[in-house]
Amino acid sequence: MHFTINGQSFDVEPDIRTSLLDLLREHVGLTGTKKGCDHGQCGACTVLVNGRRINSCLTLAVMHQDDEVTTIEGLGTPDDLHPLQAAFVRHDGFQCGYCTPGQICSAVGMLDEAAKGWPSHVSESLDDGALTDEEIRERMSGNLCRCSAYPNIVDAIREVADGARDERRVGEEAAA
Amino acid sequence: MSDVNSLTMDRPVEDSILNHTVQDVLGKPIDRVEGPLKVAGKATYSAEFGFDRLAHGFLVRAPQGAGRIEAIEADAAKAVPGVIDVIHDFDGFIRNAQQGGETEAPTMGVREVHYVGQPVAIVVAESFEAAREGAALVTVRMSAGDGDFGIEGREDEAEKPADGMIPAHSDAGDLDKAMADAAATVDAFWTTPSQNSAAIEPHVSIAEWQGDRLTVHGAYQMLSSDRQQLADALGLEEEQVRIVARYVGGGFGSKLGIAPECVAAAIAAKQLGRPVKTVMTRQQVFEATVRRSDTHQRLRLAADGDGRLTGIGHETIVSNLEGEDFFEPAGLATHFLYAGANRRVTHDIVRVNRTLSGSMRAPGEAVGMLALENAMDELAEALDIDPVELRRINEPEQDPSKDIPFSSRKLAECLDEGAAAFGWEQRNRTPGGLRDGDWLVGHGVAASARSNLLQPSRARVSVTPEGRAIVETDMTDIGTGSYTILGQIAAEMLGLPIEAVEVRLGDTDFPPAAGSGGSWGAGSSGSSVYLACEALRAKIAASFDAEADGLTLKDGHAIAGNRRVPLGELVGEGIEAEGAIEPGEMAEKVNQASYGAHFCEVHVHAVTGEVRVKRWTGVFAAGRILNEKTARSQCIGGIVFGIGTALTEELVHDERDGKCVNRDLAEYHVPVHADVPHMDIRFLVERDAAANPLMAKGIGELGISGAGAAIVNAIYNATGVRVRSYPVTLDKLIDGLPPV
Ligand code: FES
Ligand code: FES
Repeated sequence: MHFTINGQSFDVEPDIRTSLLDLLREHVGLTGTKKGCDHGQCGACTVLVNGRRINSCLTLAVMHQDDEVTTIEGLGTPDDLHPLQAAFVRHDGFQCGYCTPGQICSAVGMLDEAAKGWPSHVSESLDDGALTDEEIRERMSGNLCRCSAYPNIVDAIREVADGARDERRVGEEAAA
Repeated sequence: MSDVNSLTMDRPVEDSILNHTVQDVLGKPIDRVEGPLKVAGKATYSAEFGFDRLAHGFLVRAPQGAGRIEAIEADAAKAVPGVIDVIHDFDGFIRNAQQGGETEAPTMGVREVHYVGQPVAIVVAESFEAAREGAALVTVRMSAGDGDFGIEGREDEAEKPADGMIPAHSDAGDLDKAMADAAATVDAFWTTPSQNSAAIEPHVSIAEWQGDRLTVHGAYQMLSSDRQQLADALGLEEEQVRIVARYVGGGFGSKLGIAPECVAAAIAAKQLGRPVKTVMTRQQVFEATVRRSDTHQRLRLAADGDGRLTGIGHETIVSNLEGEDFFEPAGLATHFLYAGANRRVTHDIVRVNRTLSGSMRAPGEAVGMLALENAMDELAEALDIDPVELRRINEPEQDPSKDIPFSSRKLAECLDEGAAAFGWEQRNRTPGGLRDGDWLVGHGVAASARSNLLQPSRARVSVTPEGRAIVETDMTDIGTGSYTILGQIAAEMLGLPIEAVEVRLGDTDFPPAAGSGGSWGAGSSGSSVYLACEALRAKIAASFDAEADGLTLKDGHAIAGNRRVPLGELVGEGIEAEGAIEPGEMAEKVNQASYGAHFCEVHVHAVTGEVRVKRWTGVFAAGRILNEKTARSQCIGGIVFGIGTALTEELVHDERDGKCVNRDLAEYHVPVHADVPHMDIRFLVERDAAANPLMAKGIGELGISGAGAAIVNAIYNATGVRVRSYPVTLDKLIDGLPPV
C-alpha cells in the first residue's frame, strides 16, 4: 500500500486494523504524533489530512492511501520551526510536550477553519470572523493538556493568528 | 573518577555563589532548551525507541474486585495470528504500582485479586493489533471472594496507619474545650472523591535483556528508586538494571513508582528472548496505576471574638488497599498554616478493594487545604471579618505544632499583593448580590502552602577544552523544566551562555538524583549541579592562579584582576566533578514551605448553576525563582488542577465491586481550553538559606494547594450556597440558587 506523508512516499503493508496513528508511530517511524487515549478523547494524535485536522487514532490507515497526510514533522524541524511551533516555544505553550504536536497540528487546522469563516459554538453570528481568545479556547477544546499550558497556548496561537491577519491586511492593501 | 563535593544541609547556607555570579541567566524567563525538539515532534518519549524483533505486550485484567484466579484460559488468544504467547506469573507479577521513593518491590503476587483491573497476564504478539485481539480473547476465571468497596458506612472500621510524611495522629491541648469556649466555631464535614493524575502520556515500558542485564525505557519520574524497586521485584542486583526516560509526558505522581506493565514486560521479554513493549491503554492507566484517595474530612475551627484561632481540628479518613501504608496526608498544611494552641490532626485508613491510592500532585495539601480554606471562609463570615484579614490575624510567629521557626514565610505579603492586584476591596460582600445578565458573579480567596523538601541528589558536571559544560544526572524532566533550569544553574555558576551547556537526564547510568516528586526536584537536583560547579570553580581558580573568591566567570571567560582567559584554556583535557546534596538538620530545625495566595472570580449561571472561572490572580513566594517562565507555567498548571478538583474531576467507583467506572478521558473530566482563563501570576522576591544552596523552594505543587478552595469560596460569594462535597457540579448548586 502506498501512503503520502509530509510529501514523502511510503510503501507499507499495515494490518487492516492499524489506525493511521499506529501507522505513523509503529510503521513509518514518525513518532512525533502522540497516543494519549486511542479513543478520540484527548487530541494528542491530531494530524492534518488534506489540510483538515483529524484524530488519527479514530481512522484506519488503509482509508488514507490517496490522501495527503501532514504530521508535526511535516510542519517544521527543530532548526527551521513553523511559526506556530516557534510561538509555542516563546510562550511556553507546553510543559511535558506530549500533547504539543497535537495542539500545534490542531491549531494549524483551526486557523484555516476560522479563516474560511466557519463558525464555532461561541460565535456571536455566522459572519463575525473575529478570532477572540474565547473563540480560540472553544475551537481548541478537543486538545487536552494535563500540564495545563492552556493560557500560554492561546497566547501562542493568537500571536500567529494576529501576525497572519496583519500580513493578509498588508497584502490586501498592497493589492488595492 | 571525579571528585565529589558534598553538602549536608545541617545549617543555613551563609551565602550562595549565585548571589555573586554575573552571567545573569539564572532566574531569567528563557525558553525551554528542549523546546524546539518537543514542538517539532523530535523529543523521544519512552514508547518511541525502536528495537530489532520488538514484540508488543498487552495486559490482561482481573474482571472482579475480589477473589482468586482459578484459571487463565488462553487457547483462543494463542490461536490469533501473530500472537506469540500468553504469559502469566502469579508470583512474579506485582499486585499494584509502587509508591514513590520506596526501595523495594511493591506487593507481589496476583493470584489473589484485590481490585478490578489488576493485571494478571500479558499477551505478547508480533503487532499491537494482534496482542490487543488476543487479550480480548483471554478468559480469566475467578472464584469470587469477599471484598469491601467503599468508605461510606464503614467509617468506624478506619484504622490508624503507620506514620508517613507526617504523623498519622497528632494532638496538642484540648480541642473540645477550645470549641466549647470559642466565640465562633466551624464544625463541618467535607468529602473529596478519588482522582487520577491523567498524564497525557500513558504508562509504558520497553524491556530488553542482554544476558542477565535488563534495560527498561519507561515513563517514570524517579529513576534511581524505580530501579531499586524493579531489581527487587525481579530478584536482580540493582547494577543489573538500567532505566532510561529521556522525556516523560507528564506524571503528577502517577509515575513515581514502577507500575505493573514494567514487571510484566520484563518477565515476558526474558521468557521470549525478545524486547517487549507494553503501553497501558488509557483505561488501564485509570484502573491499574494509582489514584488519589477519596477523603472524608471533619474540619473544626475555634476562634475568639477578634478572630484569633484557639483551636484547629482536621480529622481525615482515606481509603487504600490492604497492606498499603500510604495515606493521603490531608492535614499536612493544617499543622503549620495558622496559629492556635489546641490542635488535633488525624488520618485513618479504611481498607478497600480498589485501585491503589498514592501520590497525586501535592498529596495532602491538594485536598486537605480545600476543607481548611473553605472553613476559614466560613469562619470569616461568622465573625464578620474579611477573609484576607482573618488569615493575617492568624499568622503564626513560628510553626505552631513543632515550635520551630519558619525558614522564610511570605504568606501575608502574598495576600496583600494579590488583594491589591485583584481589586479585592471592590468586591461585592453580599452572597448572591452581584449579577451580570444571566450570571451570578462571585469572588474568592484562599491561601496556598506547600512543604519544602530536600532529597539526596547527585550530578556530574564537566567542562571540555572547547569551553562547553555537560551536566549528567538521572533526574527526569516530566514537564517541570529540569533540562532548562539545570542548564541555567550550570551556566550561571560557570559563566557560560546557556547554549554552551548540554544537560543529559533520565538515565540510571548517570549519578542518582532525587527524581521528580514532592516539588523537591529543582531544589535537590539543582543543588547537586551547584555543588559540582562549585568544585569546578575551585579547579578553574587553581589553574588560573586566582582565589576562588576573586574569580569571575562570564561569557565563557575566566576573569581575575586584569586577566581574561577563555575557560577552555584552563581545563587541560577537560575537568569534571560531582556534586552531592543531602538533607540534614535543617529539615527538623526549621519549618520550610512555599506560600501563595489565590484570588479568583467565578460566574455561576443563575438558572443552570454552571460555573465558569473568569479571572485569576496568584501570588507566590518560593525562594529564588530559577526560571520565571517555567515557574509561571508550573503555577498555572497547578491552579488548573485546582479548577478540575473544584468543578469536574471525580473518579467514580462502582459500589458493588470498586471498579473505576469513568475510566477514560471522555468520562473523567479534566479541564479543557474553554475552562481556563488567562491568569495573572506573580512572584515575590525571596531567598531561603535553610532550603539549599540555591536558596530556592519547591513550586510544582504550590499552585494546586488551596486553588480549588478559592473557587468554591467564590461560588459561595456568587450564590450563597456552601457546597462541601467536591467537585461542585451543578446538581449540587441548583436547588440553592437565588430565585431568578
Ligand atoms: S490518542 Fe487520539 S484522541 Fe487521544
Ligand atoms: S504539555 Fe504536557 S500535556 Fe500538554
